[in-house]
Amino acid sequence: MPGIIDIKNLYVSYAPGTPIQRHALRGISMAVEKGEYRAIIGPQGSGKSTLLQVMAGLIEAEGRVSVCGKDLRHKKNRDGLWRQVGIIFQYPERQLFEDTVFNDIAYGPRNMGLSEDEVRRRVKAALEAVNLDEEVYCLSPFKLSGGQKRRAAIAGILAMEPEVLLLDEPTAGLDPRGKRQLMDLFSNLCRKKQVTLVLVTHDMEEVAHRADTVTVLYRGRIAMGGTPKEIFARCKELESIGLFVPFAAQLATSLQAKGLPVRNMTTLPEAEQEVARLLKGRA
Amino acid sequence: MSLFSNITLGQYYPGASLLHRMDPRAKILALPLVMIMVLLADGTAGFIMSGIPVLLALLLAGIPPGTYWRGLKPLWAILLIGLAIQSLTYPGEKLWQWGMLSVSREGFILGMKLSYRLSLLILSTMLLTMTTTPMNLTAALEKLLQPLKKFGVPAHELAMMMTIALRFVPTLLEEAEAVMKAQQARGGSVSTGNLNQRLRASVALLVPLLAGSIRRADELAMAMEARGYRGDTGRTRLKQFKYRPVDIIVLTVLIALTIVVAADRWA
Ligand SMILES: Nc1ncnc2c1ncn2[C@@H]1O[C@H](COP(=O)(O)OP(=O)(O)O)[C@@H](O)[C@H]1O
Ligand SMILES: [Mg+2]
Repeated sequence: MPGIIDIKNLYVSYAPGTPIQRHALRGISMAVEKGEYRAIIGPQGSGKSTLLQVMAGLIEAEGRVSVCGKDLRHKKNRDGLWRQVGIIFQYPERQLFEDTVFNDIAYGPRNMGLSEDEVRRRVKAALEAVNLDEEVYCLSPFKLSGGQKRRAAIAGILAMEPEVLLLDEPTAGLDPRGKRQLMDLFSNLCRKKQVTLVLVTHDMEEVAHRADTVTVLYRGRIAMGGTPKEIFARCKELESIGLFVPFAAQLATSLQAKGLPVRNMTTLPEAEQEVARLLKGRA
Repeated sequence: MSLFSNITLGQYYPGASLLHRMDPRAKILALPLVMIMVLLADGTAGFIMSGIPVLLALLLAGIPPGTYWRGLKPLWAILLIGLAIQSLTYPGEKLWQWGMLSVSREGFILGMKLSYRLSLLILSTMLLTMTTTPMNLTAALEKLLQPLKKFGVPAHELAMMMTIALRFVPTLLEEAEAVMKAQQARGGSVSTGNLNQRLRASVALLVPLLAGSIRRADELAMAMEARGYRGDTGRTRLKQFKYRPVDIIVLTVLIALTIVVAADRWA
C-alpha cells in the first residue's frame, strides 16, 4: 500500500534557464505512512523547506508526487490540496492580517465554506490547543507578543483540522517552555488523532525522543533514512555533513570508542539505564 | 517556477564583458547621449547611426539575446498599440482599407519610427541596469551629482534612498512569495476564485507585506543609528571609480555621433 505521501524521483530547480539557477532537490524518493511522525533534518540549504512546499502542492515539480491519494502533477489537485494538508511555515506570524485574532484564525475554516457555528467551534478549539487566553480573541493580531503571534498563526492552520500537517521549524526562536508546549501539541495530534506529521527541525532531542522515522537531506539528496536509533548511531557521518547528534547518542559513541560494552541509545532515559547497568557490572 | 522569476526587465545580469567592466559613471553619462541621438535621428542615415551603438552594446554585453527578448515582452503590447494608432489615424495615401478602418502609408511609417525609437530607448536603459550592479549604479550617480551639492542638491541622501529602495526590492518579492504561499495554504489564493474572493485574498497578501515593510524600515533606521550613520560627513569609499581609456573613447565617439546625427537632422 502506498503511503499518504508518496514521492518518486522528485527534482526541483529554482530560476531554471538563468545564470542563477539552483537545483534545490535532485532525485528524491520517499514515502510517509498515514499517522506517522516523520522528521526531516539536514543542514541549511539542503532543500528541506522546498521539499515541504512540494508536499503542500505549493511548488510545481518534476517527478511523481502523490499526497492523500491525489496526483500533484495536475494543477487542479495542487490547488485543492490545502483542504487536507496544513503547512506551518518558518515564521508563520508573517501571515497574520485580519483585524482580530479570532477572524484571522477563522480565515482558513471560512475559506473551506464551513458554517459559522462550526467555524466558531474550531477557532475556540484551536485557540485552546495553542494555549491562548480568551482575552486575546478580539485583539488585533499585531498587538500580540512574538510568542503569542506564533501561537495565533499556528492556530490558524490547526483550525482547518488537516489530515497531514507539515511543519517547517515551527519553534525556531521560541523559549524552551513554549517550544515544549507546541511540540507536545503536535505529537498529541499525531498519536491521538492519527494526523500525519512531517517536521523539519534542528532540534535533535525532539527527533530522538518522538519521531518514528527520520530522513536526512544533504545538498538536495537523501543522505540517510531510518529510525532515530539507526540514524543517530551514524554519529561521524552526521557530523561530517554538519549535523549534531543528541547527547545520549554522543555518549554512546564515545563510550563505545573506549571499548565499553554499551548499546546504541538516543534518549536520556536510555542513557541512564545503560550507565546504571555499566556501573552495576563493575561493582 | 517561482512567481516572480519572469520579472527580468533590467535585472542585473552577472558577467565580465567590456560593458560590465566600464566605469559606471561613463555608462550613466552615455545613456542620455544615446537617448538624445535616438530622439534626434530622422531619416535612414540618422536611424542607422543611432542604432549602431545600441546594437554593438547589445552584442558586447555577453547576455543571451533571449534575455533581451524576454525583457521586452511586457512592452510588445505598447509598441503594437502605438503602431496601430499611428497607422489608423494619420491621414495620407491609403495602403489598406477594411470597412471604416484605413491604414495610411505616412501613418504606418510614423508608427514604425516610433516603435524603433522606443525599442532603442528601452534596450539602452535595460543595458545600463543589466550590466551595472545597483550598488555601483547609485554610487556612480552620487559621484556625478557631487558638484551640484553646492546648490543644495542632497546627492548623498538621494543616492542612499535609491540604494535602500533597490536593496529591498528582492526582499519584498521574496516576502510576497512567502506570504502568498502561506495564504494559499489557507485557501486564499490570489489566482483562483471569483472577483470577491480574489480581492479578499489580495488584502490577505498586502496587509502582511505592508506590516513587514514598516517593521523592516524601523529596524533599518535603528541599525543605522546604532552604527552612527550621519549622512556622508567625512565618509570615504572602499572602491574608487576610475575612468579608463575605453570609457573616454566610448564617450567621445558617442558625442561625435550625436553631433553628426543632429547635423544630419537640421542640415
Ligand atoms: N525562492 C527561491 N528562489 C531561489 N532559490 C531558492 C528559493 N528558495 C530556496 N532556494 C534555494 O534552494 C536551495 C534549498 O533551499 P531550502 O529548501 O530553503 O533549504 P532549507 O530549508 O533546507 O534550508 C538553497 O540552495 C536555496 O538557496
Ligand atoms: Mg528552510
